[in-house]
Amino acid sequence: MAIEIQTVRHIADLACLEFSEEEIQVLSRQLNEVLVYIGKLSELDIRAIEPTSHGTEVSHAFREDRVVPSIPASEALANAPESREGHFTVPKVIG
Amino acid sequence: MEDLHCLTGTEILSRIRSRQISATEATRSCLDRIDSVDPRLQAFRAVLREEAVARAEAVDQTLSRGADPGPLAGLPLAVKDVICLAGHPTTCGSRILRDFVPRFDATVIDRLRGAGAVFVGKTNMDEFAMGSSTENSGYERTRNPWDLERVPGGSSGGSAAAVAADLVPVSLGSDTGGSIRQPAAFCGLPGLKTTYGRVSRFGLVAFASSLDQIGPIGKCVEDLARLLAVIAGQDPRDSTSSPAPVPDYVGMLDRGIAGLRIGVPKEYFPTGLDAEIGTAVRRSLDRMTGLGASVEEISLPHTGYTIPTYYILATAEASSNLARYDGARYGRRDPGARELGEMYRRSRSGGFGAEVKRRIMLGTFVLSSGYYDAYYLKAQKARTLLKQDFDRAFREVDLIVTPTTPTAAFRFGEKTDDPLEMYLSDIFTATMNLAGVPALSLPCGVTRQGLPIGLQIVGPPFGEADVLRAGAALESDLGFRSLHRPRALER
Repeated sequence: MAIEIQTVRHIADLACLEFSEEEIQVLSRQLNEVLVYIGKLSELDIRAIEPTSHGTEVSHAFREDRVVPSIPASEALANAPESREGHFTVPKVIG
Repeated sequence: MEDLHCLTGTEILSRIRSRQISATEATRSCLDRIDSVDPRLQAFRAVLREEAVARAEAVDQTLSRGADPGPLAGLPLAVKDVICLAGHPTTCGSRILRDFVPRFDATVIDRLRGAGAVFVGKTNMDEFAMGSSTENSGYERTRNPWDLERVPGGSSGGSAAAVAADLVPVSLGSDTGGSIRQPAAFCGLPGLKTTYGRVSRFGLVAFASSLDQIGPIGKCVEDLARLLAVIAGQDPRDSTSSPAPVPDYVGMLDRGIAGLRIGVPKEYFPTGLDAEIGTAVRRSLDRMTGLGASVEEISLPHTGYTIPTYYILATAEASSNLARYDGARYGRRDPGARELGEMYRRSRSGGFGAEVKRRIMLGTFVLSSGYYDAYYLKAQKARTLLKQDFDRAFREVDLIVTPTTPTAAFRFGEKTDDPLEMYLSDIFTATMNLAGVPALSLPCGVTRQGLPIGLQIVGPPFGEADVLRAGAALESDLGFRSLHRPRALER
Protein backbone atom coordinates (compact mmCIF):
# COMPACT_ATOMS: atom_id res chain seq x y z
CA MET A 1 0.00 0.00 0.00
CA ALA A 2 1.73 3.17 -1.15
CA ILE A 3 0.94 6.42 0.64
CA GLU A 4 0.52 9.62 -1.34
CA ILE A 5 2.20 12.92 -0.67
CA GLN A 6 -1.11 14.37 0.54
CA THR A 7 -1.35 11.69 3.19
CA VAL A 8 2.23 12.38 4.29
CA ARG A 9 1.35 16.06 4.73
CA HIS A 10 -1.73 15.10 6.71
CA ILE A 11 0.34 12.81 8.97
CA ALA A 12 2.80 15.65 9.54
CA ASP A 13 -0.12 17.83 10.69
CA LEU A 14 -1.32 15.12 13.08
CA ALA A 15 2.21 14.75 14.48
CA CYS A 16 2.70 18.52 14.82
CA LEU A 17 5.79 18.40 12.64
CA GLU A 18 6.65 20.68 9.77
CA PHE A 19 8.90 19.82 6.85
CA SER A 20 10.26 21.61 3.82
CA GLU A 21 8.94 20.50 0.44
CA GLU A 22 12.19 18.66 -0.23
CA GLU A 23 12.03 16.91 3.13
CA ILE A 24 8.46 15.79 2.44
CA GLN A 25 9.54 14.21 -0.83
CA VAL A 26 12.45 12.33 0.77
CA LEU A 27 10.35 11.30 3.75
CA SER A 28 7.55 10.10 1.52
CA ARG A 29 9.93 7.90 -0.41
CA GLN A 30 11.54 6.49 2.75
CA LEU A 31 8.20 5.84 4.43
CA ASN A 32 6.93 4.03 1.36
CA GLU A 33 10.01 1.82 1.31
CA VAL A 34 9.51 0.91 4.94
CA LEU A 35 5.79 0.32 4.38
CA VAL A 36 6.46 -2.07 1.52
CA TYR A 37 8.61 -4.10 3.88
CA ILE A 38 6.08 -3.87 6.67
CA GLY A 39 3.41 -5.03 4.25
CA LYS A 40 4.86 -8.52 4.74
CA LEU A 41 2.43 -8.81 7.63
CA SER A 42 -0.44 -9.12 5.16
CA GLU A 43 0.85 -12.66 4.48
CA LEU A 44 -0.41 -13.72 7.88
CA ASP A 45 -3.94 -14.96 8.39
CA ILE A 46 -4.52 -13.63 11.87
CA ARG A 47 -8.20 -12.88 11.97
CA ALA A 48 -8.68 -15.33 14.80
CA ILE A 49 -5.66 -14.23 16.85
CA GLU A 50 -5.99 -11.99 19.91
CA PRO A 51 -3.82 -8.86 19.91
CA THR A 52 -1.05 -8.46 22.49
CA SER A 53 -0.53 -4.94 23.77
CA HIS A 54 1.45 -5.72 26.88
CA GLY A 55 4.91 -7.02 27.63
CA THR A 56 3.70 -9.17 30.52
CA GLU A 57 0.57 -10.44 32.19
CA VAL A 58 0.56 -7.80 34.92
CA SER A 59 -2.92 -6.35 35.21
CA HIS A 60 -5.03 -4.55 37.81
CA ALA A 61 -1.88 -3.00 39.24
CA PHE A 62 -3.64 -0.94 41.90
CA ARG A 63 -2.19 0.85 44.86
CA GLU A 64 -3.66 2.03 48.13
CA ASP A 65 -5.60 5.25 47.68
CA ARG A 66 -3.41 7.19 50.08
CA VAL A 67 -2.57 10.86 49.83
CA VAL A 68 1.19 11.34 49.68
CA PRO A 69 3.09 14.56 48.93
CA SER A 70 3.56 15.29 45.26
CA ILE A 71 6.30 17.53 43.94
CA PRO A 72 5.72 21.19 44.75
CA ALA A 73 4.72 23.62 42.01
CA SER A 74 8.17 25.23 42.10
CA GLU A 75 9.75 21.90 41.17
CA ALA A 76 7.16 21.25 38.51
CA LEU A 77 7.92 24.62 36.93
CA ALA A 78 11.71 24.29 37.22
CA ASN A 79 12.18 23.30 33.57
CA ALA A 80 9.47 25.60 32.19
CA PRO A 81 10.62 27.70 29.24
CA GLU A 82 8.30 30.40 30.57
CA SER A 83 6.20 30.58 33.69
CA ARG A 84 4.35 33.17 35.75
CA GLU A 85 2.54 33.09 39.08
CA GLY A 86 2.75 29.33 39.41
CA HIS A 87 1.59 28.61 35.85
CA PHE A 88 3.23 27.59 32.60
CA THR A 89 2.85 30.43 30.11
CA VAL A 90 2.39 29.72 26.41
CA PRO A 91 1.49 31.78 23.34
CA LYS A 92 -2.21 32.40 22.90
CA VAL A 93 -4.27 29.41 21.95
CA ILE A 94 -6.52 31.06 19.42
CA GLY A 95 -4.95 33.40 16.90
CA MET B 1 49.58 -1.17 41.83
CA GLU B 2 47.64 -2.97 39.16
CA ASP B 3 45.75 -0.89 36.64
CA LEU B 4 42.46 -0.35 38.43
CA HIS B 5 40.66 0.54 35.25
CA CYS B 6 41.26 -2.95 33.82
CA LEU B 7 39.41 -4.67 36.65
CA THR B 8 35.87 -6.00 36.38
CA GLY B 9 33.14 -4.50 38.55
CA THR B 10 33.21 -7.63 40.68
CA GLU B 11 36.97 -7.33 41.23
CA ILE B 12 36.71 -3.66 42.16
CA LEU B 13 33.94 -4.42 44.66
CA SER B 14 36.03 -7.13 46.27
CA ARG B 15 39.12 -4.93 46.58
CA ILE B 16 37.11 -2.08 48.09
CA ARG B 17 35.44 -4.39 50.57
CA SER B 18 38.75 -5.89 51.65
CA ARG B 19 40.16 -2.33 51.91
CA GLN B 20 42.92 -3.08 49.37
CA ILE B 21 41.82 0.03 47.53
CA SER B 22 39.50 2.83 48.53
CA ALA B 23 36.29 3.74 46.75
CA THR B 24 37.82 7.15 46.13
CA GLU B 25 40.83 5.60 44.36
CA ALA B 26 38.53 3.50 42.20
CA THR B 27 36.43 6.51 41.19
CA ARG B 28 39.46 8.76 40.61
CA SER B 29 40.97 6.05 38.43
CA CYS B 30 37.85 6.17 36.24
CA LEU B 31 37.81 9.95 36.12
CA ASP B 32 41.50 10.12 35.17
CA ARG B 33 41.01 7.59 32.42
CA ILE B 34 37.93 9.44 31.14
CA ASP B 35 39.97 12.65 31.00
CA SER B 36 42.72 11.01 28.97
CA VAL B 37 40.66 8.73 26.70
CA ASP B 38 37.13 10.08 26.30
CA PRO B 39 38.09 13.05 24.09
CA ARG B 40 38.83 10.47 21.38
CA LEU B 41 36.02 8.07 22.25
CA GLN B 42 33.20 10.51 23.09
CA ALA B 43 31.27 7.98 25.15
CA PHE B 44 30.15 10.51 27.76
CA ARG B 45 27.55 13.25 27.49
CA ALA B 46 28.42 14.47 30.97
CA VAL B 47 30.94 13.52 33.64
CA LEU B 48 29.77 14.06 37.22
CA ARG B 49 33.17 14.68 38.76
CA GLU B 50 32.43 16.44 42.05
CA GLU B 51 29.42 14.35 42.84
CA ALA B 52 31.23 11.10 42.09
CA VAL B 53 34.22 11.93 44.29
CA ALA B 54 31.92 13.10 47.10
CA ARG B 55 29.91 9.86 46.89
CA ALA B 56 33.05 7.74 46.85
CA GLU B 57 34.47 9.58 49.87
CA ALA B 58 31.18 9.05 51.71
CA VAL B 59 31.39 5.32 50.97
CA ASP B 60 34.96 5.25 52.31
CA GLN B 61 33.86 7.03 55.48
CA THR B 62 31.07 4.50 55.98
CA LEU B 63 33.52 1.64 55.51
CA SER B 64 36.01 3.18 57.98
CA ARG B 65 33.24 3.28 60.61
CA GLY B 66 32.80 -0.46 60.12
CA ALA B 67 29.34 0.02 58.56
CA ASP B 68 28.15 -1.46 55.26
CA PRO B 69 27.43 0.99 52.42
CA GLY B 70 25.67 -1.75 50.46
CA PRO B 71 26.38 -4.59 48.02
CA LEU B 72 27.71 -2.23 45.33
CA ALA B 73 29.83 -0.14 47.72
CA GLY B 74 32.08 2.16 45.72
CA LEU B 75 31.28 0.67 42.31
CA PRO B 76 31.78 3.35 39.63
CA LEU B 77 28.94 3.27 37.13
CA ALA B 78 27.93 5.13 33.97
CA VAL B 79 24.28 5.73 33.14
CA LYS B 80 22.73 6.02 29.68
CA ASP B 81 21.42 9.55 29.28
CA VAL B 82 17.83 8.31 28.91
CA ILE B 83 17.62 7.55 32.64
CA CYS B 84 16.80 10.41 35.03
CA LEU B 85 19.43 11.44 37.56
CA ALA B 86 18.06 14.38 39.56
CA GLY B 87 19.88 17.67 39.37
CA HIS B 88 21.82 16.88 36.19
CA PRO B 89 20.72 17.23 32.56
CA THR B 90 19.12 14.17 30.99
CA THR B 91 19.23 14.87 27.27
CA CYS B 92 18.24 11.49 25.76
CA GLY B 93 20.78 12.34 23.06
CA SER B 94 18.37 15.00 21.80
CA ARG B 95 18.70 18.73 21.26
CA ILE B 96 15.10 19.10 22.38
CA LEU B 97 16.12 18.19 25.95
CA ARG B 98 19.49 19.93 26.00
CA ASP B 99 18.73 21.85 29.18
CA PHE B 100 16.24 19.47 30.79
CA VAL B 101 17.12 18.71 34.40
CA PRO B 102 15.02 15.99 36.06
CA ARG B 103 13.63 16.83 39.50
CA PHE B 104 13.67 13.23 40.66
CA ASP B 105 15.81 10.10 40.33
CA ALA B 106 14.74 7.03 38.41
CA THR B 107 13.93 4.08 40.64
CA VAL B 108 17.01 2.21 39.40
CA ILE B 109 19.13 5.22 40.44
CA ASP B 110 17.54 5.24 43.93
CA ARG B 111 18.27 1.55 44.33
CA LEU B 112 21.84 1.74 43.04
CA ARG B 113 22.59 4.74 45.22
CA GLY B 114 21.17 2.90 48.22
CA ALA B 115 23.51 0.01 47.41
CA GLY B 116 26.56 2.31 47.48
CA ALA B 117 27.19 2.74 43.77
CA VAL B 118 28.94 5.86 42.46
CA PHE B 119 27.54 7.57 39.36
CA VAL B 120 30.45 8.75 37.25
CA GLY B 121 28.57 10.16 34.27
CA LYS B 122 25.81 10.03 31.66
CA THR B 123 26.54 8.35 28.37
CA ASN B 124 25.81 9.19 24.76
CA MET B 125 23.07 7.43 22.82
CA ASP B 126 20.96 7.49 19.68
CA GLU B 127 18.35 10.23 20.09
CA PHE B 128 15.44 8.99 22.22
CA ALA B 129 16.93 5.49 21.95
CA MET B 130 16.06 5.29 18.26
CA GLY B 131 18.92 3.78 16.37
CA SER B 132 21.47 0.99 16.19
CA SER B 133 24.73 2.89 15.96
CA THR B 134 24.62 6.01 18.21
CA GLU B 135 25.03 7.98 14.95
CA ASN B 136 21.61 9.48 15.62
CA SER B 137 22.79 11.33 18.71
CA GLY B 138 22.23 15.06 18.52
CA TYR B 139 25.61 15.48 20.16
CA GLU B 140 28.82 13.47 20.04
CA ARG B 141 29.91 10.75 17.68
CA THR B 142 30.85 7.84 19.94
CA ARG B 143 33.49 5.49 18.57
CA ASN B 144 34.02 1.78 18.99
CA PRO B 145 37.13 1.09 21.13
CA TRP B 146 37.92 -1.95 18.91
CA ASP B 147 38.14 0.23 15.78
CA LEU B 148 37.67 3.98 16.04
CA GLU B 149 36.29 4.20 12.48
CA ARG B 150 33.40 1.95 13.42
CA VAL B 151 30.22 2.42 15.39
CA PRO B 152 29.87 1.13 18.93
CA GLY B 153 26.32 0.06 18.13
CA GLY B 154 23.20 1.64 19.56
CA SER B 155 21.23 2.98 21.06
CA SER B 156 23.31 2.37 24.23
CA GLY B 157 26.56 3.00 22.33
CA GLY B 158 28.10 5.31 24.94
CA SER B 159 27.40 2.87 27.77
CA ALA B 160 29.01 0.01 25.86
CA ALA B 161 32.01 1.99 24.61
CA ALA B 162 32.70 3.37 28.11
CA VAL B 163 32.98 -0.13 29.58
CA ALA B 164 34.89 -1.60 26.62
CA ALA B 165 37.46 1.19 26.86
CA ASP B 166 37.82 0.66 30.63
CA LEU B 167 36.47 4.11 31.49
CA VAL B 168 34.03 2.49 33.95
CA PRO B 169 33.64 -1.19 34.87
CA VAL B 170 29.85 -1.27 34.44
CA SER B 171 27.09 0.83 32.95
CA LEU B 172 23.34 0.95 32.55
CA GLY B 173 21.68 0.93 29.18
CA SER B 174 18.14 0.49 27.91
CA ASP B 175 16.84 -2.01 25.36
CA THR B 176 13.71 -1.68 23.22
CA GLY B 177 14.66 -3.70 20.12
CA GLY B 178 18.26 -4.62 20.93
CA SER B 179 19.76 -1.42 22.28
CA ILE B 180 21.76 -3.08 25.07
CA ARG B 181 22.57 -6.37 23.38
CA GLN B 182 23.69 -5.07 20.00
CA PRO B 183 26.19 -2.47 21.33
CA ALA B 184 27.38 -5.01 23.89
CA ALA B 185 28.02 -7.43 21.00
CA PHE B 186 29.76 -4.77 18.89
CA CYS B 187 31.96 -3.81 21.86
CA GLY B 188 32.83 -7.33 23.04
CA LEU B 189 30.94 -7.22 26.34
CA PRO B 190 28.18 -9.08 28.15
CA GLY B 191 24.91 -7.11 28.24
CA LEU B 192 21.47 -8.11 29.51
CA LYS B 193 17.92 -7.21 28.58
CA THR B 194 15.61 -8.49 31.30
CA THR B 195 12.10 -9.88 31.15
CA TYR B 196 9.64 -7.06 30.56
CA GLY B 197 8.61 -5.83 34.00
CA ARG B 198 11.67 -7.22 35.82
CA VAL B 199 13.20 -3.75 36.26
CA SER B 200 11.23 -0.58 36.96
CA ARG B 201 10.87 1.92 34.13
CA PHE B 202 10.10 4.80 36.49
CA GLY B 203 12.50 7.54 35.48
CA LEU B 204 13.35 5.90 32.14
CA VAL B 205 12.36 8.32 29.43
CA ALA B 206 9.89 6.32 27.38
CA PHE B 207 10.45 5.29 23.76
CA ALA B 208 8.11 2.28 23.47
CA SER B 209 6.40 1.57 26.75
CA SER B 210 5.55 -2.08 26.14
CA LEU B 211 9.09 -2.90 24.98
CA ASP B 212 11.59 -0.74 26.93
CA GLN B 213 13.71 -2.25 29.71
CA ILE B 214 16.73 -0.93 31.61
CA GLY B 215 19.64 -3.37 31.92
CA PRO B 216 23.33 -3.70 32.77
CA ILE B 217 26.44 -3.85 30.62
CA GLY B 218 29.62 -5.02 32.35
CA LYS B 219 32.95 -6.75 31.90
CA CYS B 220 31.75 -10.17 33.03
CA VAL B 221 28.45 -11.94 33.62
CA GLU B 222 28.90 -11.69 37.39
CA ASP B 223 28.95 -7.89 37.04
CA LEU B 224 25.53 -8.10 35.40
CA ALA B 225 24.17 -10.42 38.11
CA ARG B 226 25.35 -8.05 40.84
CA LEU B 227 23.67 -5.06 39.24
CA LEU B 228 20.50 -6.97 38.47
CA ALA B 229 20.21 -8.12 42.08
CA VAL B 230 19.92 -4.46 43.10
CA ILE B 231 17.71 -3.04 40.34
CA ALA B 232 15.26 -5.92 39.85
CA GLY B 233 11.95 -6.05 41.66
CA GLN B 234 8.50 -4.55 41.72
CA ASP B 235 8.15 -0.79 42.00
CA PRO B 236 4.85 0.83 43.08
CA ARG B 237 5.74 3.76 40.83
CA ASP B 238 5.79 1.53 37.70
CA SER B 239 2.51 -0.28 37.25
CA THR B 240 4.06 -2.48 34.56
CA SER B 241 6.70 -3.82 36.95
CA SER B 242 6.25 -7.40 38.04
CA PRO B 243 5.67 -8.78 41.55
CA ALA B 244 7.63 -11.93 40.57
CA PRO B 245 10.17 -12.70 43.32
CA VAL B 246 13.81 -11.79 42.71
CA PRO B 247 16.05 -14.87 42.93
CA ASP B 248 19.64 -14.83 44.19
CA TYR B 249 21.21 -14.16 40.79
CA VAL B 250 24.76 -13.98 42.12
CA GLY B 251 24.47 -17.07 44.30
CA MET B 252 23.05 -19.12 41.43
CA LEU B 253 25.75 -18.18 38.89
CA ASP B 254 28.13 -21.07 39.34
CA ARG B 255 25.67 -23.93 38.94
CA GLY B 256 26.99 -24.65 35.44
CA ILE B 257 24.89 -25.80 32.50
CA ALA B 258 25.02 -29.59 32.72
CA GLY B 259 21.61 -30.96 31.96
CA LEU B 260 20.23 -27.79 30.39
CA ARG B 261 18.46 -28.20 27.05
CA ILE B 262 19.42 -25.57 24.52
CA GLY B 263 17.33 -24.81 21.45
CA VAL B 264 18.87 -23.39 18.29
CA PRO B 265 16.19 -21.84 16.07
CA LYS B 266 16.85 -22.55 12.42
CA GLU B 267 15.32 -19.21 11.40
CA TYR B 268 18.25 -17.42 13.07
CA PHE B 269 20.79 -19.19 10.86
CA PRO B 270 19.54 -18.19 7.41
CA THR B 271 21.54 -19.09 4.32
CA GLY B 272 22.93 -15.58 4.01
CA LEU B 273 24.17 -15.35 7.62
CA ASP B 274 27.72 -14.01 7.85
CA ALA B 275 29.94 -17.10 7.85
CA GLU B 276 32.24 -15.90 10.64
CA ILE B 277 29.29 -15.18 12.91
CA GLY B 278 27.66 -18.52 12.18
CA THR B 279 30.91 -20.35 12.85
CA ALA B 280 31.61 -18.54 16.12
CA VAL B 281 28.13 -19.26 17.45
CA ARG B 282 28.20 -22.91 16.40
CA ARG B 283 31.63 -23.36 17.96
CA SER B 284 30.24 -21.97 21.21
CA LEU B 285 27.33 -24.37 21.03
CA ASP B 286 29.86 -27.22 20.77
CA ARG B 287 31.56 -25.86 23.89
CA MET B 288 28.21 -25.82 25.67
CA THR B 289 27.69 -29.46 24.71
CA GLY B 290 31.12 -30.19 26.14
CA LEU B 291 30.00 -28.57 29.39
CA GLY B 292 27.08 -30.94 29.63
CA ALA B 293 24.22 -29.12 27.93
CA SER B 294 22.23 -30.73 25.17
CA VAL B 295 21.66 -28.82 21.95
CA GLU B 296 18.77 -29.36 19.54
CA GLU B 297 17.36 -27.55 16.54
CA ILE B 298 14.02 -25.85 17.08
CA SER B 299 11.80 -23.56 15.07
CA LEU B 300 10.45 -20.11 15.86
CA PRO B 301 8.32 -20.02 12.72
CA HIS B 302 7.11 -16.41 12.81
CA THR B 303 10.62 -14.91 13.10
CA GLY B 304 10.36 -13.38 9.62
CA TYR B 305 7.64 -11.04 10.85
CA THR B 306 9.77 -9.55 13.63
CA ILE B 307 10.96 -6.41 11.90
CA PRO B 308 7.59 -5.39 10.42
CA THR B 309 5.90 -6.05 13.77
CA TYR B 310 8.55 -4.22 15.74
CA TYR B 311 8.67 -1.18 13.49
CA ILE B 312 4.92 -0.79 13.58
CA LEU B 313 4.47 -1.22 17.34
CA ALA B 314 7.61 0.60 18.50
CA THR B 315 7.06 3.61 16.26
CA ALA B 316 3.36 3.77 17.17
CA GLU B 317 4.22 3.82 20.87
CA ALA B 318 7.02 6.30 20.24
CA SER B 319 4.74 8.69 18.36
CA SER B 320 2.49 8.70 21.39
CA ASN B 321 5.30 8.98 23.95
CA LEU B 322 7.06 11.79 22.11
CA ALA B 323 3.89 13.88 21.82
CA ARG B 324 4.82 15.40 25.19
CA TYR B 325 7.77 17.27 23.67
CA ASP B 326 5.82 20.32 22.65
CA GLY B 327 7.75 23.17 24.22
CA ALA B 328 5.04 23.87 26.80
CA ARG B 329 6.33 22.55 30.11
CA TYR B 330 9.98 21.55 29.51
CA GLY B 331 12.44 21.10 26.71
CA ARG B 332 13.14 23.32 23.77
CA ARG B 333 10.59 26.00 22.97
CA ASP B 334 10.84 27.81 19.67
CA PRO B 335 11.24 31.49 20.57
CA GLY B 336 9.41 32.97 17.58
CA ALA B 337 6.06 31.21 17.78
CA ARG B 338 3.08 33.54 18.05
CA GLU B 339 0.37 31.01 18.65
CA LEU B 340 0.14 27.63 20.31
CA GLY B 341 0.02 25.31 17.29
CA GLU B 342 3.00 27.10 15.79
CA MET B 343 4.86 26.68 19.09
CA TYR B 344 4.24 22.92 19.02
CA ARG B 345 5.25 22.48 15.39
CA ARG B 346 8.34 24.64 15.51
CA SER B 347 9.59 23.46 18.91
CA ARG B 348 9.33 19.86 17.78
CA SER B 349 10.59 20.26 14.23
CA GLY B 350 13.55 22.35 15.31
CA GLY B 351 14.43 20.06 18.20
CA PHE B 352 14.09 16.49 16.89
CA GLY B 353 16.59 14.84 14.56
CA ALA B 354 15.69 13.20 11.24
CA GLU B 355 15.39 9.61 12.48
CA VAL B 356 13.12 10.58 15.37
CA LYS B 357 10.88 12.55 13.02
CA ARG B 358 10.78 9.64 10.59
CA ARG B 359 9.68 7.23 13.32
CA ILE B 360 7.08 9.64 14.69
CA MET B 361 5.67 9.92 11.16
CA LEU B 362 5.59 6.15 10.70
CA GLY B 363 4.01 5.65 14.10
CA THR B 364 1.41 8.34 13.53
CA PHE B 365 0.54 6.81 10.19
CA VAL B 366 0.00 3.27 11.50
CA LEU B 367 -2.26 4.57 14.26
CA SER B 368 -4.25 6.90 12.05
CA SER B 369 -7.85 6.38 11.08
CA GLY B 370 -8.18 4.14 8.06
CA TYR B 371 -4.81 2.47 8.60
CA TYR B 372 -5.04 1.34 12.24
CA ASP B 373 -6.53 -2.10 11.47
CA ALA B 374 -4.25 -2.87 8.56
CA TYR B 375 -1.07 -2.03 10.42
CA TYR B 376 -1.26 -1.51 14.17
CA LEU B 377 -3.91 -4.08 15.05
CA LYS B 378 -2.33 -6.59 12.69
CA ALA B 379 1.08 -6.04 14.30
CA GLN B 380 -0.40 -6.62 17.74
CA LYS B 381 -1.74 -9.95 16.53
CA ALA B 382 1.59 -10.85 14.96
CA ARG B 383 3.12 -10.06 18.34
CA THR B 384 0.88 -12.73 19.89
CA LEU B 385 2.19 -15.25 17.37
CA LEU B 386 5.82 -14.32 18.07
CA LYS B 387 5.21 -14.69 21.80
CA GLN B 388 3.52 -18.06 21.26
CA ASP B 389 6.56 -19.27 19.31
CA PHE B 390 8.65 -18.73 22.45
CA ASP B 391 6.03 -20.24 24.80
CA ARG B 392 5.96 -23.35 22.65
CA ALA B 393 9.76 -23.55 22.39
CA PHE B 394 10.28 -23.21 26.13
CA ARG B 395 8.09 -26.25 26.74
CA GLU B 396 10.81 -28.27 24.94
CA VAL B 397 14.03 -26.44 25.85
CA ASP B 398 15.36 -24.43 28.78
CA LEU B 399 17.28 -21.80 26.82
CA ILE B 400 17.57 -20.60 23.24
CA VAL B 401 20.86 -19.55 21.63
CA THR B 402 21.21 -17.35 18.55
CA PRO B 403 23.68 -14.86 17.08
CA THR B 404 23.08 -11.38 18.54
CA THR B 405 23.64 -9.43 15.33
CA PRO B 406 23.81 -10.21 11.59
CA THR B 407 27.16 -8.40 11.26
CA ALA B 408 30.00 -7.17 13.42
CA ALA B 409 30.40 -3.43 14.00
CA PHE B 410 29.99 -1.50 10.75
CA ARG B 411 31.69 1.74 9.67
CA PHE B 412 30.30 5.19 10.30
CA GLY B 413 27.93 6.21 7.54
CA GLU B 414 27.63 2.68 6.17
CA LYS B 415 23.94 2.31 6.99
CA THR B 416 22.77 5.89 7.39
CA ASP B 417 21.54 6.33 3.80
CA ASP B 418 19.00 3.56 4.03
CA PRO B 419 16.80 3.56 7.15
CA LEU B 420 15.47 0.13 6.35
CA GLU B 421 18.96 -1.37 6.27
CA MET B 422 19.64 0.06 9.71
CA TYR B 423 16.35 -1.38 10.97
CA LEU B 424 17.40 -4.86 9.82
CA SER B 425 20.30 -4.80 12.35
CA ASP B 426 17.63 -5.57 14.94
CA ILE B 427 16.57 -8.77 13.26
CA PHE B 428 17.89 -11.12 15.94
CA THR B 429 17.11 -8.98 18.97
CA ALA B 430 13.72 -7.28 18.53
CA THR B 431 11.66 -10.47 18.91
CA MET B 432 12.76 -10.83 22.52
CA ASN B 433 11.37 -7.38 23.31
CA LEU B 434 8.11 -8.22 21.57
CA ALA B 435 7.83 -11.49 23.49
CA GLY B 436 9.00 -9.89 26.74
CA VAL B 437 11.63 -12.58 27.37
CA PRO B 438 15.10 -12.07 28.90
CA ALA B 439 18.16 -12.19 26.65
CA LEU B 440 21.89 -11.89 27.26
CA SER B 441 24.53 -11.07 24.68
CA LEU B 442 27.91 -12.62 25.37
CA PRO B 443 31.11 -12.14 23.35
CA CYS B 444 32.03 -15.47 21.74
CA GLY B 445 34.78 -14.70 19.26
CA VAL B 446 36.22 -12.15 16.88
CA THR B 447 36.10 -11.73 13.11
CA ARG B 448 39.20 -11.90 10.92
CA GLN B 449 39.34 -8.12 11.26
CA GLY B 450 39.45 -8.46 15.02
CA LEU B 451 35.90 -7.27 15.69
CA PRO B 452 33.84 -8.90 18.47
CA ILE B 453 31.02 -11.34 17.73
CA GLY B 454 28.09 -11.67 20.12
CA LEU B 455 26.07 -14.75 20.97
CA GLN B 456 22.62 -14.38 22.45
CA ILE B 457 21.20 -16.57 25.24
CA VAL B 458 17.43 -16.26 25.62
CA GLY B 459 15.34 -17.55 28.49
CA PRO B 460 11.66 -17.89 29.36
CA PRO B 461 9.95 -15.02 31.22
CA PHE B 462 11.74 -14.40 34.56
CA GLY B 463 14.38 -16.98 33.62
CA GLU B 464 17.29 -14.56 34.19
CA ALA B 465 18.96 -16.91 36.69
CA ASP B 466 19.34 -19.67 34.07
CA VAL B 467 20.33 -17.21 31.35
CA LEU B 468 23.05 -15.77 33.58
CA ARG B 469 24.42 -19.08 34.77
CA ALA B 470 24.64 -20.36 31.20
CA GLY B 471 26.38 -17.13 30.27
CA ALA B 472 28.80 -17.47 33.18
CA ALA B 473 29.62 -21.07 32.30
CA LEU B 474 30.26 -20.30 28.64
CA GLU B 475 32.19 -17.11 29.48
CA SER B 476 34.50 -19.05 31.77
CA ASP B 477 35.04 -21.72 29.12
CA LEU B 478 35.66 -19.34 26.22
CA GLY B 479 38.03 -17.04 28.12
CA PHE B 480 37.20 -14.19 25.71
CA ARG B 481 38.44 -11.44 28.03
CA SER B 482 41.88 -12.98 28.41
CA LEU B 483 42.22 -13.64 24.67
CA HIS B 484 40.91 -10.44 23.12
CA ARG B 485 41.15 -6.78 24.08
CA PRO B 486 40.24 -3.62 22.17
CA ARG B 487 43.51 -1.99 21.16
CA ALA B 488 42.43 0.94 18.99
CA LEU B 489 42.85 3.49 21.77
CA GLU B 490 46.35 2.37 22.64
CA ARG B 491 47.78 3.76 19.42
